Amino acid sequence: MEKFQKLISTVVPLPLQDVDTDQIIPARFLKATTREGFGDNLFRDWRYDPEGKPNADFVLNQENVQGDILVAGKNFGCGSSREHAAWAIYDYGFKVVVSSFFADIFKNNALNNGLLPVQVSDAFLAKIFFIIQGNPSAQLEIDLENELITLQTTGESESFEINAYKRYCLQQGYDDIDFLISKKLEIQEFENATTI
Amino acid sequence: MGRTLFDKIWDSHVIHTIEDGPQVVYIDRHFIHEVTSPQAFAGLKKRGIGVFNTSKTIATADHNVPTKDQHLPIKDALSKHQVDTLIKNCEEFDVELYGLGHPYQGIVHVIGPELGITQPGMTIVCGDSHTSTHGAFGNIAFGIGTSEVEQVLATQCVLQRKPKTMKIQVDGALRKGVVSKDIILYVISQISTSGGTGYFVEFCGSAIESLSMEARMTICNMSIEMGARGGMIAPDEITFNYIKGRQFAPQGSVWDEKLTFWKTLKTDEGAVFDKEYYFDAAAIEPMITYGTNPGMGIGISEKVPADSDTVNATLKKALNYMDLEGGRQLLGKKIDYVFIGSCTNSRIEDLRMVADLVKGKQKADHVNAMIIPGSKQVEKQAVDEGIDKVLAAAGFELRQPGCSACLGMNEDKVPTGMYCVSTSNRNFEGRQGPGARTMLASPLTAAAAALTGYVTDVREMLN
Ligand code: SF4
Repeated sequence: MEKFQKLISTVVPLPLQDVDTDQIIPARFLKATTREGFGDNLFRDWRYDPEGKPNADFVLNQENVQGDILVAGKNFGCGSSREHAAWAIYDYGFKVVVSSFFADIFKNNALNNGLLPVQVSDAFLAKIFFIIQGNPSAQLEIDLENELITLQTTGESESFEINAYKRYCLQQGYDDIDFLISKKLEIQEFENATTI
Repeated sequence: MGRTLFDKIWDSHVIHTIEDGPQVVYIDRHFIHEVTSPQAFAGLKKRGIGVFNTSKTIATADHNVPTKDQHLPIKDALSKHQVDTLIKNCEEFDVELYGLGHPYQGIVHVIGPELGITQPGMTIVCGDSHTSTHGAFGNIAFGIGTSEVEQVLATQCVLQRKPKTMKIQVDGALRKGVVSKDIILYVISQISTSGGTGYFVEFCGSAIESLSMEARMTICNMSIEMGARGGMIAPDEITFNYIKGRQFAPQGSVWDEKLTFWKTLKTDEGAVFDKEYYFDAAAIEPMITYGTNPGMGIGISEKVPADSDTVNATLKKALNYMDLEGGRQLLGKKIDYVFIGSCTNSRIEDLRMVADLVKGKQKADHVNAMIIPGSKQVEKQAVDEGIDKVLAAAGFELRQPGCSACLGMNEDKVPTGMYCVSTSNRNFEGRQGPGARTMLASPLTAAAAALTGYVTDVREMLN
């Protein structure tokens, strides 16, 4: 996993609620057996029409909106547990997703892939959308060490929460599996002692 | 202070707690399938490690398999590659596989319970969100991502923060034509698709206790659709009777021991949940969804919310996608497809329910009605009971087991713009095929729609 410390970037706004993982990456693109390449089909059915032509209204197709931060409405990543959703977002080039609420499994999947989910208040989210609407080149700063998200144009900031363990993993580029493997002896003892 | 059933099972599986972080939780059973496991096995290979305990993982092929001519090679090259990769990985890592052609093959959440692998008191995971289904047996079952599949294969553990607990109590008797699918669609419509996020739900109350295991599984299956990590129901005599005698159920003295333990699996009197909801079963009508998430459900006689009720971009987008007008009933809306299947409603009881309703009747000419049994065993049972003939005579097509049009990964898809009344669990845009319009409902309501060709109140067909 890549290390994450601090990021300053323009943002891509997606002001819709309940964006589910079937929209992020539709099931018919889940047939791959590797983790790479899912970014090409990120938001496939919103991004392209049935003939495969880019849909000019969709934000990923708008030249003037680009950035490493995706900002989306409440309850982002609900539905299917497919980790392919986190892979697709990361593979496309996003490093951070900001929303006022994340679905549980998506959040875990994102964190396991070095994609940082930043949960902000509804009010702060509305502010970001408002600012971006007026100024698509406005930037956000994400400071992981201090758990702070800042709107660069206005200087307004809000703190976000991430547990210390996960923060450490992101900063070090350390995976959960490394930690679990280090606990194998304890796990073996536990297994030997239980009956189920 | 008393403890919840969830707390008891969770705490007894924690091996280690990281300060201000997650816990190492031991997993008793791990199910895998072809779509979310290949990258996990690739990870093991990269690290040069094997599966920690091969006896705890069971594999099947379900998401990406054809539901016709399963004895022939899979036509779609990518699907074939994925299914072949599962076969290869299971051989290489010594994991038991109930693949295509095996008498136990089927949707992962149907086969676990029906084989008796799913038992009370366990922790169960699978790289699939509807793993919550297994919770109907009084265990902690939840979906995980592929990185976690790799973790479980490598260490038999996951790293998770303990969720909060929620109680959903449904009391009273269900009215005619109302089944467990309606209960859960109703609950989700009341608390929304994010109302359960961060929680693990225990369903209880007299309406839940009176349900069969199949019906309980339907409820726990969809607990994920309100955002919950999972749902569970305390085990009771109905649970024990269901498990007894199944292929992998404990036997002899082990059965007696387990049974004694299982009988202790209850939430203590006075235990406190982080959140509680109470519902009256008699207030529930047959339900149907109008929108593009499972929370957008209404009673069959109710009206679709009008745009003006909530000036909400998400609702507008949903109604636009569904090409529906707010402020009107769905009753009488012409439909094109009926899909009866998925891990929510593809068990023998669901097929029986449909067969009873359609027996001696004919589906509407313009409707394409598919029924996909959840497993080879369900399929066999349907044939043994003559259900296949009843369905065929009514014009329904009984196909072979798999996820099928629940997620439109194989060739079973609903065409663009068509309406499908579906017994599955997700009505997201494009879920059943690009541009497909899904209305979620119970097997009864779906079968009724197939017969008339319109969204129908099944109660009018029951005497
Ligand atoms: S039937 Fe549908 S919801 Fe169930 S496991 Fe298969 S794809 Fe997932």
